[in-house]
Amino acid sequence: MSGSPHLEVREVTKAFGGIIALNRVSFDVTEGEIVGIIGPNGSGKTTLVNCITGFVKIGSGSIRFRGRDITDLPPHRIADLGLTRTFQIMRPFYSLPAYKNLVIPLFSPRARRTGGWRGGGRLGDRNTVGIDILEEIGFERDSYVPYKLTSTLPTGYLKRLELARCLALKPELIICDEVFSGLSMSEIASMVPLIEKLQMEGITLIMIEHRLRELFQVANRVMVLNFGEKLVEGSPEQVMADPRVREAYFGSENIEEVMIHA
Amino acid sequence: MNTATPQRRRERIDRGIKVRSDGLYALMSWRELTYLIAPRAALIIGLLVLPLVMPGAYWQRVISIVCIYALLALGFDFLAHHVGLVSLGGAFFVGAGGYISAILNTQWGWSPLAAIPAATIAGGVLCTTLLLPCLPLRGVYFAIVTLMYPLFLARVIEALNILGGTDGIMGVDSFPGAWVEQYTVIVLLLSFLFGIRRLVHTDLGLVLRAVKDNDQAVKASAMNISHYKALAVFIASAIGCLAGACLVHIYMWAGISVFALDFSVLPIAATVIGGSGTLVGPVIGCLILVPASELLRDFGTLRIVFYSLILLGFITFRSEGVMVYGQRKYQQFERWKMI
Repeated sequence: MSGSPHLEVREVTKAFGGIIALNRVSFDVTEGEIVGIIGPNGSGKTTLVNCITGFVKIGSGSIRFRGRDITDLPPHRIADLGLTRTFQIMRPFYSLPAYKNLVIPLFSPRARRTGGWRGGGRLGDRNTVGIDILEEIGFERDSYVPYKLTSTLPTGYLKRLELARCLALKPELIICDEVFSGLSMSEIASMVPLIEKLQMEGITLIMIEHRLRELFQVANRVMVLNFGEKLVEGSPEQVMADPRVREAYFGSENIEEVMIHA
Repeated sequence: MNTATPQRRRERIDRGIKVRSDGLYALMSWRELTYLIAPRAALIIGLLVLPLVMPGAYWQRVISIVCIYALLALGFDFLAHHVGLVSLGGAFFVGAGGYISAILNTQWGWSPLAAIPAATIAGGVLCTTLLLPCLPLRGVYFAIVTLMYPLFLARVIEALNILGGTDGIMGVDSFPGAWVEQYTVIVLLLSFLFGIRRLVHTDLGLVLRAVKDNDQAVKASAMNISHYKALAVFIASAIGCLAGACLVHIYMWAGISVFALDFSVLPIAATVIGGSGTLVGPVIGCLILVPASELLRDFGTLRIVFYSLILLGFITFRSEGVMVYGQRKYQQFERWKMI
């Protein structure tokens, strides 16, 4: 896999009626890295995720994943290749207990083929593997939390459940759409090591974030979107120093000050 | 006095036995086993005994019709509350299954006991194929399209004068005997009832429920939702076709009236009365509604008025459904607590 990029996004354009949500966006993601995507509200971040994962058909351009053209594939086929996503507005199965949420991805053809997260699906029944994954991701195994009805769980657990659904598929790449938003400081603090651990497991991550401090802590590279166009791409330090980013995104002269309040 | 005051309130508590008979622990004692088995046994034995205690051939026939409707209601409840597809296609399924079985029997000379299973499978395939384009639709939109099919097919048969036209297909063989007829439909109903109950608790059933809950998340879980919806529609339509095939052999005639909207609407009323999502509820709903409808024949024109009043009564006073209410009373008790 070395040489060619893991994910290749080329000139992706998407318009909703007269509004151009994405305008010729191109970027590459190398295997094993964490790429951050930031940008002001309405800059097209979530649309980009929807386009890559097939939930929205793109207008023009092409997307390749591990050398394979996935531009016109439906969402389940893309997920089947190991390109998974979380939803910004969490989409768990509210009528099921938390651990039963993971039975669904573990039932998928991909999980049956690969055994799911760490091949656990080959060992036991899906309920047990589901609880294993939840424990891995920060649900206290011996508490009642994994068994609670999903609709009664607080936001922090729901965000983790989104990630857990991706992990159950034994993903190659996870696109995290604002996994930190809506979490308390302590919850975020416990999420950061988790993200680092996933990277060490060999999973490539694309993180869409508003929480810049935590994002810059974990990201290897950051891309800035503004009005559907790629503004800058580079290391967190470069992006922070770029005057265009300051103007478009931070809207303030003093970046340090914004960082503290972010 | 049945109201709460500052001095007292009503509390609802699980019976201890409910917890103890959960899962494997039920095997610990006869009392706990009985607690679990009694309601199921009551339903099974009750249904099996029904034909024996009926006062005559007429009421025995009513029992067969109850089972036909109950199969339809079971299919409706499964699709609507365990897969999230509200189908008004009961008449479509009955019509397809009925006509296929009638044709196999009269034209090809198949005996009813061969024609019915064949019509079940063939009808299920036919209905699922015709419904495939509608599968992306949800909620009321799916309902409207499924309602269109029986009307469509009935008019096609009428206008083109095919399959017997308005006269229908005569001379369909009946079951080998009245007892065979009744016990066939009763045993079929019980097997499908307990089969579907088992199915919704397997991992596959969980996936179907997830499709109802959040289809986007199922797609993100690398699963083709159309595939699972089609599977669920096949199960429900095959059950409906089975009901239709049995009906045709009971009446010994297949005509346009097998596409009557009764077959779409009554199962829904039965599901509402019985308790939606419980699967057993719709069967109980049919056991109430179909005989009630027969008893009301004495009132002539006013029949539909009284029938509506009964429905209204159930919906007003037991809106949760008989089965949900019964389940709660069986598993919990209420008492006044002094504060």
